[in-house]
Amino acid sequence: MAERTYIQAISDALREEMRRDQRVFVLGEDIGVYGGAFKVTLGFQEEFGPWRVIDMPLSETAIVGGATGAALMGLRPVAEMQFADFISCAWDHLVTVAAKQFFRGGTPVPIVVRLPSGGGFSGGPFHSQNPESSFAHIPGLKIVCPSTPEDAKGLLASAIEDPNPVLYFEHKHLYRRIKSEVPNERYTIPFGQAREHRPGEDATVVTWGAMVHTASEAADELAGEGFEVQVLDLRTLIPWDKERVLEDVRRTSKVLVLHEDTRTGGFGAEIAATIAEEAFEDLDAPVMRLAAPDTPVPFSPPLEKAFIPQVEDVLAALRELVAY
Amino acid sequence: MAVREAEPVGSLQEVKEAGLDREDLLAIYRNMLITRGIEERGHILYKQGKIPGSFYTGRGNEATAVGVGTAMGPNDVGTPLHRDMGVHISRGVEPWRILAQYMGREGGPTRGRDGNVHMAAPELGLHPMVSHLPAMLPVATGMALAFRIRGDKRVALGWFGEGSSSNGDAHESMNLAGVRRLPMVFVCDNNQWAYSTPTYLGFAVEHIADRAAAYGFDGVVVDGTDVLAVYREAKRAIEKARAGGGPTLVECLTLRMEGHAVHDDAFYVPKEMFEQWAEHDPLERYRTWLRSHAEMTDDEEEDITSAVKRLLNEALERAEASPLPEPARLEGSVFASPEDLDTPHHK
Repeated sequence: MAERTYIQAISDALREEMRRDQRVFVLGEDIGVYGGAFKVTLGFQEEFGPWRVIDMPLSETAIVGGATGAALMGLRPVAEMQFADFISCAWDHLVTVAAKQFFRGGTPVPIVVRLPSGGGFSGGPFHSQNPESSFAHIPGLKIVCPSTPEDAKGLLASAIEDPNPVLYFEHKHLYRRIKSEVPNERYTIPFGQAREHRPGEDATVVTWGAMVHTASEAADELAGEGFEVQVLDLRTLIPWDKERVLEDVRRTSKVLVLHEDTRTGGFGAEIAATIAEEAFEDLDAPVMRLAAPDTPVPFSPPLEKAFIPQVEDVLAALRELVAY
Repeated sequence: MAVREAEPVGSLQEVKEAGLDREDLLAIYRNMLITRGIEERGHILYKQGKIPGSFYTGRGNEATAVGVGTAMGPNDVGTPLHRDMGVHISRGVEPWRILAQYMGREGGPTRGRDGNVHMAAPELGLHPMVSHLPAMLPVATGMALAFRIRGDKRVALGWFGEGSSSNGDAHESMNLAGVRRLPMVFVCDNNQWAYSTPTYLGFAVEHIADRAAAYGFDGVVVDGTDVLAVYREAKRAIEKARAGGGPTLVECLTLRMEGHAVHDDAFYVPKEMFEQWAEHDPLERYRTWLRSHAEMTDDEEEDITSAVKRLLNEALERAEASPLPEPARLEGSVFASPEDLDTPHHK
C-alpha cells in the first residue's frame, strides 16, 4: 500500500496498463510534452514514445472517432478530453458510432474516454459540468464515476479491459484534495458494484463522485446529533447496482439521492423511480432528491456555492429525512 | 495549385501497367453487373413491400465503387457508404447477405438490427456506415492511426460525399491525417447532389479535391464513370499511402442517377443533366471498352450476364428463406462480452 492522491492513482493505473499491454495508447490534447492540462500523463511520452502518447490537434471529433477506428483495428485507446465539457464536440462519435457499433455490426469498441469533470473552483459554465446523466441515457455506453484513489485505480484498469466504450468521469475537485492508501499491485474492480463509504442504519444516501465526500461530511456531523446515515457510493452508473440500493433502502427505509449534476432528468431520477417502483412498501419517507438547480454551472463563487450541493445542504436534507 | 485531373484509361497496355490482367478486367465487369443487379432486385423487393423503411441505390456510382474496391489490398480496410455497393461486392460480400440485410432478416450482416446499406463485413475489412455523414471519416482515420502506431503496411479508406464534405468531421479527419501523414485514402463520391442540394450551394471551390492542398496532401479528380481510371488513381493513392507517402484525396465525379432514396423522384435535377450523364453510363462504357480493347466476345459477355442473373436469383431465394430476427434476443445485444473481442479483425 502507498498513500496516493486521486490523480496519482489515475496516472498509476494508466501507466501500469500501458506497461502491461502494448495495445493500450493514449491520445488527447496537450497530453505529450505538456503531460495534459492536469498532468495525468506527465512523463508518459518519455516512457512510451510519441506514437503511444499522441498529441492531437484541437479536434474532439477526431479524437473520439479516431479512438473508435483504432479500437476496431485491435488497439485499446484511452482518449482524454481536456475537460469533460468538451465531450459535447464528440457527442456524435460516442453516441452515434461507438455506442451502437457492437449492436449493429457485432464488432466491440473497447475505448475509454477520460473526462475531467465537476466544479468547485470557479471553472464556469464550460469547465465544471457533470454530463454523466446525458450519456447514461444512451444504450451502449458504460459510465464510471470513482470517488476514491483506490476506486480510481481499479476502475480505470477495468475500464481499459472492458470490451465496450467506457466514459470515465474523474472529478477534478478530488484530484489533489483526496488521498488514501492504494494497493501497489494491479487490481480491477467490477462494474455495477456499489461500495459502502460509510455505514449507517437511519437513512441511506445514494450518490457518486465528489458528492460521496460531501455526503460523508454531512453524515459525520449528523452522527453528533444521534443519527447514523449510510453513504452508498454507486461507483458506476452504467451498470448501476440496483440490487444493493434496494437492499439498503429496504434496511434503512429512508433514502436521499444526491448528485452534483442538475436535477431534471438527472440520473438520480432513475434511481428514485426504481426505488419507488420496487421498494415503495419498505419506505418510511418519500424518496428525497438533492441535486444542482437547472442552470448552467455559474462562475462567481457565491453563485457556484449555491449551485453545487454543499455539506450544509445535505445536512439540512438529511435532518428533514431522519425527522420524517 | 490546381488539382490534378486524371486522364481517362485508354489502352490495354495502360491497364496492365495498373496491375490488372484480362481475368481481373472481366471480374470487374461482373462485379459492376452484380452491383447494379442487386440494387435493381432490391428496388423490386421494396415495391413488393418486402423491404421495410426506405431504400437507397448507387446507380451511376458502380464504376467508382468497384474501381476503388478492386484497388484495395487484401488487408486494407474501409468504411463505404450508401452509394458504394460495389465496394461490398468487390470485397466479396455474398449477395444473399445483402438482400437479407435489406429485408431485415437474421442472415443479413447486422441481423436485422440496422437496415439498407448500413452493413459490416469486418472479416473483409469493411465497417458499417452510420447515417450521420461523414461520421465514418474520423473512424477510418483512427484505423489508419492504428496502422501507423503498429507499423502495419495497411491502408484505411474513408468514403464521403460532396455533400458531407461541408461537415466538420471531414475537416478534422483530413487535418489529422495530413498532420500525421497517415496511411489513408479519402474517397469522395461527388455525385453532384446532396439530396436536393446542388454543389454550388455546398462548397465554393471548383473541386472537393482542391481542398487536399489545405491539409498538406495531394488531391486528384477522376471521372467516376471510368472504372479503370478510378482503379488506377485509387491504386496509386493506396500504394503511396502504404509506402509512407501520406494520404490522398481521390474525388470521383459522377451523377446520382436516381433520387436520394426511392421516395424521391429527383425533380430538381435538370432533365438534360440526366440525359447527358446517361450517355456515360458506367456499365455500358466499360462494356464497350472491354469489347474494343480487351476483345470480350459475345460468348464471354453472355456467360457473365447469365452467371450474374443466376447468382442473384439464388441470392434472392436464400435471403427470403432467412428467418426474421427473434425479438426476445433484442435486449441482450447492446454490450459486448470479453469473448467478443476474440475476432480476427481485433488482432
